[in-house]
Amino acid sequence: MIRLSGIEKSFSGNLVLKGVSLAVQEGAVTALIGPSGSGKSTLLRCANLLETPDAGTVEIGDVRLEFSGKRRPSQSDVLRLRRRTGMIFQNFQLFPHQRVVENVMEALVTVQKWPKAKARERAMALLDQVGMSEKAEAWPATLSGGQQQRVAIARALAPSPALILCDEPTSALDPELAEEVVDVLRTLAKDGATMLMATHDLRLARSLASHVAFLEAGEIVEEGAPDAIFGAPTEPRTIRFVRSLGA
Amino acid sequence: MSKEAVLPDWLQLMLTSFWPLLRAGLVFTVPLAILSFVLGLGVGLLTAVVRLFAPKPLAAVAGFYVWIIRGTPLLVQLFVIFYGLPSAGILIDAFPAALIGFTLNVGAYSSEVIRAALTSISRGQWEAAYSIGMTTRQALRRTILPQATRVAVPPLGNTFISLVKDTSLAAAITVPELFQQAQRIVAVTYEPLILYIEAALIYLIFSSILTTLQARLEVRFGRHGGFMERAR
Ligand SMILES: Nc1ncnc2c1ncn2[C@@H]1O[C@H](COP(=O)(O)OP(=O)(O)OP(=O)(O)O)[C@@H](O)[C@H]1O
Ligand SMILES: [Mg+2]
Repeated sequence: MIRLSGIEKSFSGNLVLKGVSLAVQEGAVTALIGPSGSGKSTLLRCANLLETPDAGTVEIGDVRLEFSGKRRPSQSDVLRLRRRTGMIFQNFQLFPHQRVVENVMEALVTVQKWPKAKARERAMALLDQVGMSEKAEAWPATLSGGQQQRVAIARALAPSPALILCDEPTSALDPELAEEVVDVLRTLAKDGATMLMATHDLRLARSLASHVAFLEAGEIVEEGAPDAIFGAPTEPRTIRFVRSLGA
Repeated sequence: MSKEAVLPDWLQLMLTSFWPLLRAGLVFTVPLAILSFVLGLGVGLLTAVVRLFAPKPLAAVAGFYVWIIRGTPLLVQLFVIFYGLPSAGILIDAFPAALIGFTLNVGAYSSEVIRAALTSISRGQWEAAYSIGMTTRQALRRTILPQATRVAVPPLGNTFISLVKDTSLAAAITVPELFQQAQRIVAVTYEPLILYIEAALIYLIFSSILTTLQARLEVRFGRHGGFMERAR
């Protein structure tokens, strides 16, 4: 069970998430769409506790954490939850001082204390999966954006997370570079990865997601199958948003 | 007439005093500089990390230490340690006193450099480290510090070169280092101009060698395709 319930988050009095509840179907892609500033990134960051929710529950597999008021979650709870999630960032955030393969090995070696040889073996398999095994010994700075993002995907996959969070994984990329990243994500989705993805890219949402949630001003206004949300939205706010995208 | 007699007196004096001066430099100046730099970097790293990540009271103590050291003259600090502390029953030999003084000094100044280098690493790198399950300590050690090191190397190299020159202050608390050796020879020869210029030349040799080494170190840390410039 992967579920966010009643998530509230405010930044210095500015209420950004107003009790958001969202069930993420396992083995499928859930897309999060909505206007800029609606809280998509914040919701993703609440799911792996890069932001601590003010209220609500985050449940990922066997880890269930409840938040209330000022009580901060314990470090071990935070780590338990983080180790069940992987995150893909808009601007990749590879570790620039480590080679490609070392980036992918890092979680296994440092966090999970795998022996180096075994970690390298898994890292190479993942790099192969994202089509980057030839660049295993390259420095991140020498790669194109699309290549960096594919390595970042391999890095996020390394600890076998139950949930992969993607925050606009293609929006920093030129269309053709975005396409190679989308291909990788599509393969992942086919292989049964569970993803929660914030995106402005309608085609990405349509082609990958089996479920779409429309977030506006910190609330989920409408959710459903992509065809329903994009083809026949019912809420006036959804209709306006979808129309503004020119879908 | 022997050949040496042809040499002018000043050159003769320089030649005979060269080895005593260089020896004092190699035996006292260089070890004092290297030891206090290495220890000072340790103190500086600890101070920077405490100021950035420790609970407020502890961070305040670290900030107080930096404030005192940076706000008072090094010479006065050395006098307090060597001439002042004995009145409080704490007797420290000249060399260890100098070592303590310089270490505290390097610690305070380098902590500022290290702190700036640590904060120059983007939040995104912390978040990437956290997102793969690292603790703060792991993120610091594996992700942030290695990148901050490359930012800190050039300014810390400058700190070290300044330190080598500053060790001449140890003469004032009776450490027989290079400059004190020069003073001693002046006391018997009455040739301050020649001896002090010679001492200056030896400092110049030391710092020139260090500058060259620093440049090499910077090249070494600039490898990885110069990632600092190109990576975001
Ligand atoms: N760390 C923060 N401190 C203060 N305000 C923040 C912080 N993070 C986000 N916000 C605010 O929260 C609101 C939602 O931001 P968020 O980044 O979640 O939106 P988004 O839907 O991801 O937008 P975009 O589509 O532009 O990425 C914005 O008003 C933003 O200014
Ligand atoms: Mg966002």
